[in-house]
Amino acid sequence: MKRIILSFLLLFIITISVKQSALAYSSDPKKFIEEIIEEAKVVLSSGSSQDIKAKELSKIAIKTVDVQGLAYYTLGKKRKEINPEELEKYKNLFEKYFLKSFTSRLTDYSDPKIDVLSSETVSDKYTIVKTMLLKTSKKPEVKIDWRVYTKNPEKPLIRDLIVEGLSLARTQKEEFASILSSNNNDINVLFETLENFINK
Amino acid sequence: MSKRLKLIFSVLAISIAIYAPQLSAEEKYTANECFERFSRGTLKFNQGLDKAIFKPIAKGYRALPVPIRSGTSNFVNNLRSLLTFSNNVLQGDFKGAGNTAGRFAINTTVGILGFFDPAAKMGFEKKGREDFGQTLGVWGADTGCYFILPILGPTTTRDAFGLVGNVFIDPFYQLTHNTETDIVIGNENLSEHNYYYYRGTDAVDFRSKNIESLESLEKNSIDFYASIKSLYLQNRSQKISNSPISGKSQDDSDWEEIDNQ
Repeated sequence: MKRIILSFLLLFIITISVKQSALAYSSDPKKFIEEIIEEAKVVLSSGSSQDIKAKELSKIAIKTVDVQGLAYYTLGKKRKEINPEELEKYKNLFEKYFLKSFTSRLTDYSDPKIDVLSSETVSDKYTIVKTMLLKTSKKPEVKIDWRVYTKNPEKPLIRDLIVEGLSLARTQKEEFASILSSNNNDINVLFETLENFINK
Repeated sequence: MSKRLKLIFSVLAISIAIYAPQLSAEEKYTANECFERFSRGTLKFNQGLDKAIFKPIAKGYRALPVPIRSGTSNFVNNLRSLLTFSNNVLQGDFKGAGNTAGRFAINTTVGILGFFDPAAKMGFEKKGREDFGQTLGVWGADTGCYFILPILGPTTTRDAFGLVGNVFIDPFYQLTHNTETDIVIGNENLSEHNYYYYRGTDAVDFRSKNIESLESLEKNSIDFYASIKSLYLQNRSQKISNSPISGKSQDDSDWEEIDNQ
């Protein structure tokens, strides 16, 4: 009996550790990006519907992108002016907005070919992983730099994509700032705009 | 162009070069909104025009076989490199000027009028384009106002001034428009419309390479005007500094504040 219990316990531990290793990403930023790209490629090249692809890509994004950090960053100084309830509402809306926008951009690619070229540690907090989206008969090649936040070396997170030298986080931040400045700095207008995008 | 106009333009350009304030990278990147309502209206007008005319032409162009598109793209890029050369020199980038001149000489001869790019294989690296707006930026001129021009798209005061300047320093424009040079170099057949064919083809080539990216941007933006503005200003900033906004050059003060919360 003792042997059977021990065998079950051992099997349980092995199953858990295998599952954990399958879920966890590498702590090396370059490998981390390679793993994400491979995972996304599998989803994008599958015959699944756009909705299923979007859900699968969202799961990858939630695990690998610093969504909360991006939410704060894109709101700029306004985050200091709003109350905790508004901030909470903004974070929830931003996550939904980000995932919809992010997956919508990616699902346009059915079989992307991306080469991971190199990585450069620019500080103790950031590593830039350089990649190239290879050219097709329709589109030219595109340089994509992944800005990986490595403050916790065991769990790197993506904070920005720099496409041909253009920061997507910065563009997003300026888009939100424009909406606020055109509407008397009213956070409710931003909430409404985000809700409209999420529900369309 | 009359000699008086050339003189006025030269005086203005030299004045900018001498008196322009030295701006930080962040200051060069930003631009004031001066005519936002007008610009938003113009953007909508341009989008309508693009949908009706430019995008269908770009899609038609894309239906051409790859070797024809690639050859056409190389050909217009080769002609465009003449303007880059002038700006390399004006920016004091003589290494860049050498590279541009080398590429032009090789591609025009070995590359059969620029349809092929053998220069790249011979060590003359293909680099970014330069224009007079960038040159003014290198000289330290402020961006000024941001606005959108009908058909031509986003610009700033500095870049609009640069658009005019390009005409004066583009050797191909001078070859096609200056009748004085016709007799000297025997280019009687190089009439003005050749310049506009080349510029039009260049625009169609650019548009055809960005069909999906612009569609995606439009679909996923909650304020398309603001997205275009941000991307335009970032792009100009990196072109002036000749270094992409990446890692080291990014302003991290906001991120640091978030990390310390």
